[in-house]
Amino acid sequence: MEDEYYLELCDNPVQFENASSVNNVFFDEANKQVFAVRSGGATGVVVKGPDDKNTVAFRMDDKGEVKCIKFSFGNKILAVQRTSKSVDFINFIPDLPHLEYSQECKTKNANLLGFCWTNWNEIVFITDQGIEFYQVLAEKRSLKLLKSQSINVNWYMYCPETSVILLSITAAGNVLQPFLFRNGAMSRMAKFEIELPAVPKPAKSSLSERDIAVATIYGQLYVMYLKHHSRASNHAGAEVVLYHLPREGSCKKMHVLKLNTTGKFALNVVDNLVVVHHQSSQTSLIFDIKLLDGDAIPTIHQPVLPARSIHPYKIPQIGPAAVASQTPVPCELYSSTWSVFQPDIIISASEGYLWYLQVKLKPALRLLKDKGRLMDFLLRRRDCKMVILSVCFQMLNGEEKDSLAVIATVFDKLNQVYKEFLEMDQSYTMAMESGLTRGNTSQKRPVRTQAVIDQSDMYTHVLSVFTEKKDVSHKFITAVLMEYIRSLNQFQITVQHYLYELVIKTLVQHNLFYMLHQFLQYHVLSDSKPLACLLLSLESTYPPAHQLSLDMLKRLSTANDEIVEVLLSKHQVLGALRFIRSVGGHDNISARKFLDAAKQTQDEMLFYTIFRFFEQRNQRLRGNPAFTPGEHCEEHLAYFKQVFGEQALMKPISQ
Amino acid sequence: MASGSQEKLYGPSLLNFFIYNPKFGPREGEEEKKILFYHPSDFLFPPHRTFCPTKPAKSLHTQKNRQFFFEPEEHFWMVMVIDSVYGAVLQQCYNMYKLFNGRFSKAMDEGGVALLRERLEKFFYRYLQALHLGSCDLLDVFGGISFFPLDKMTYLKIQSFVNQMEQSLNLVKYTAFLYNDQLIWSGLEQDDMRILYKYLTTSLFPRHSEPELAGRDSPMRPEMSGNLLHYGRFLTGPTNLKDPEAKFRFPKIYVNTENGYEELHLIVYKAMSAAVCFMINATAELTREFCEQLDNLVGPRLTLLASDICEHHNINRRTPGLEKEPHFKFIYFNHMNLAEKSTIHMRKTASVSLTSVHPDLMKILGDINSDFSRVDDDEEIIVKTMTDYWVVGKKSDQRELYVILNQKNANLIEVNGKQPIRETSTVF
Repeated sequence: MEDEYYLELCDNPVQFENASSVNNVFFDEANKQVFAVRSGGATGVVVKGPDDKNTVAFRMDDKGEVKCIKFSFGNKILAVQRTSKSVDFINFIPDLPHLEYSQECKTKNANLLGFCWTNWNEIVFITDQGIEFYQVLAEKRSLKLLKSQSINVNWYMYCPETSVILLSITAAGNVLQPFLFRNGAMSRMAKFEIELPAVPKPAKSSLSERDIAVATIYGQLYVMYLKHHSRASNHAGAEVVLYHLPREGSCKKMHVLKLNTTGKFALNVVDNLVVVHHQSSQTSLIFDIKLLDGDAIPTIHQPVLPARSIHPYKIPQIGPAAVASQTPVPCELYSSTWSVFQPDIIISASEGYLWYLQVKLKPALRLLKDKGRLMDFLLRRRDCKMVILSVCFQMLNGEEKDSLAVIATVFDKLNQVYKEFLEMDQSYTMAMESGLTRGNTSQKRPVRTQAVIDQSDMYTHVLSVFTEKKDVSHKFITAVLMEYIRSLNQFQITVQHYLYELVIKTLVQHNLFYMLHQFLQYHVLSDSKPLACLLLSLESTYPPAHQLSLDMLKRLSTANDEIVEVLLSKHQVLGALRFIRSVGGHDNISARKFLDAAKQTQDEMLFYTIFRFFEQRNQRLRGNPAFTPGEHCEEHLAYFKQVFGEQALMKPISQ
Repeated sequence: MASGSQEKLYGPSLLNFFIYNPKFGPREGEEEKKILFYHPSDFLFPPHRTFCPTKPAKSLHTQKNRQFFFEPEEHFWMVMVIDSVYGAVLQQCYNMYKLFNGRFSKAMDEGGVALLRERLEKFFYRYLQALHLGSCDLLDVFGGISFFPLDKMTYLKIQSFVNQMEQSLNLVKYTAFLYNDQLIWSGLEQDDMRILYKYLTTSLFPRHSEPELAGRDSPMRPEMSGNLLHYGRFLTGPTNLKDPEAKFRFPKIYVNTENGYEELHLIVYKAMSAAVCFMINATAELTREFCEQLDNLVGPRLTLLASDICEHHNINRRTPGLEKEPHFKFIYFNHMNLAEKSTIHMRKTASVSLTSVHPDLMKILGDINSDFSRVDDDEEIIVKTMTDYWVVGKKSDQRELYVILNQKNANLIEVNGKQPIRETSTVF
């Protein structure tokens, strides 16, 4: 059970003074800051961000109960709402006056529902009668209205990542009007309607703020609606409906996540997974909207993994009284005092903790049996590399090893992602080289995610280890290596030499030279100089390797020197000469090297032939058969005279 | 022999064939005990002739015949008396016997001379009838394997198929894959594959070639009626899986005879032009369930693979420049991997191999080859025939290439320069 918890709270939560009668706690989703306001700020305000270094502490005058408090981006300006009519500002920029200034909402009789910073100096007021978009002029301690819009608002929701504010309008509240804020401009996006569950008349249903969340998933903005089915209907359970909100165009209902149960739920988004917490069962579910089971729209999704609780968490005892022997206290998970924020934040105000929710991938290995689906799931996760590699290792080893068909599927999935990265990287490099993007910063070097498992990763962590194992049959090893090579080829990825070496090593170890020969025959092991050299080294155990190696060198056509060396070392002096002449390189070869080799054979006629060949070359190139001192052939000249006599030397031919 | 008259015109014919062991019946008057098998059956053993050489002479010329001697196992001699033909044919006879029966000594160990005689009789009686010496030529000397040219990706798909089938049908010990009667993959050792290949291409496949040519609705392929998902069928074993009387017996073969025996069931399964041989340990019992599993598993995938290969093959054949009839013909053989390639031979059938050149030219090729076999060095021989053909033989680093040019006015230099070495060596 221990290794089945796939969700956990982070180890280093943000700690703050717990909420009490004298201490009010606020959370700002935009900056992810927790504000602990003691006595309306008079006895101190402590602001803690996701990073401990960002703690800010200050005091402010107690001018009444604080309803909302938020810093603008970069902690430049603090905004505090104390009444339903106005917002107060304090500059936090050095050298600017610290004195508070205030802004009332423009619309008469309007009630301020809240405000959102959309930039370091831009702020949006949301009232029950519309929205007002202001620029804060910090030096002047005043605000300038940029734009406003009148509309009856029930409630609002802000997605800071995309600077989109959703307004709930109409009586039932189920029509959502999004506004986008960018570069000092406010633009109205297409409004859309959330389908409420059918209820029998005369009951009236309306859309509650609690049932809506906004988050970006796989780079796209989604409005998530927690749809509770009424008891009267026949539906088995609640569902989460995902509306895709594109920057342009209309919003579309895209995904339906089946919860298969009813009760109180809360939503998070972690690593592009939608996490649904269920309070009464104290478990959570995760959904991956890219894990498709069909192509119908909206797509119906079942949970990726069975429901599990968040990993048990213990709160360490802190404070000056803490002693080493004190045992940590178990934390109550799924507590009714928890507040859940997008995308991945859980806050327990009563205990003074802010956690980030995390997904652990390892338990998925046990919980998701279908390896193809498991790979699809893992390849889209952030810290997936080592887990994927361990899945690969497991599927090749032990009692539970998978069939070759499954292994082939997994390799194909990995290489698909690998290929996509290689292509992007290549087109980036080409664009850079051709200089087309000079001055155009839009094309960035593609980011290599952890899901890119290349040949080197596979070799180091999986294949080289696996082939060393004693309890695996060589047949299986060869089959796996060939399957990996097949998959690489299928995606037109150049296979690295070390993989071929592994294949050859395995075959040689088991004397399967005939198989090796067939692979080379069909060029499955692609030609390369290192491979040709490896083959050459096998000649003593498998003589045909010599022919295979030479053939490969010939096909490479850039290895003429190597071929000559190989032939000379085998005392095939004439063969070497014939070869170099056939490729037109005979005018540049060293006479001394060939004469040395010919002399070593102790075949006098061969020596004569070779000697004569070079005399003729000298005649042709220089008009004289004699060797030049630079060729260092004195020793061979002496030997020639000794064996065949001075008169056998070629006479210069005048042209 | 049925086509005897035609064979006498050109080629050799089998006069006598016998197998003996000089250790059997050492006493005078018991000479006939030395003889284990003889052909033809009315052949009278000449009692006073000594043709038991103490050292293995390869052949012995008598006045008009040529006798080939071959000692495959100690003291066992196989002798063939023919006008003139290659000793390789004799060796092939033995290898074929061994493939289906194991070594001579195996029969001796199991049931003495009587069993050996029985097996020899049973095997060679039919084998020799099908042995058409008239159509034996250089290719029989090489005993090579024709490999199917294939792109890397399709080859890797076949590898993947073979490995996955071996894993799923976990009884399978070795697999061989052929297309168009040409080899693509063999898990068997080279020497075993060589003889199995000979059996498949000259005996088994020709006997089963007809149903492919027959139409889909033809009664010749009854197994098709029930199964429209694939074209797979057994060439050995049951002809129709649906038949309740079907027998699930497969031929047995012996491989790796040098290091003890491996006795295997030989399952040959074919879909369109793709054939796959599964070899399974003979101790395993092959049931109807196993054959059905194999049929269901292999049939659809092999059908798909066969059409894949066919598609690639056709693309390659359409490469421009190759459509033109070349003005030369060649035979290529590589001793290293037994790869052979011939543009002289048409498709082999069960009875005869058809060549597109005159038998005299084939004989010249044979003569050049026997000259080559006497020396180890690289050599080149160029012959001009009375009929103005040029015949070039070249031996280089374990490869032999024979080219026949029919350009009447070509001179020696042109002939020498036109060797299509590259075109063949790119194949292998």
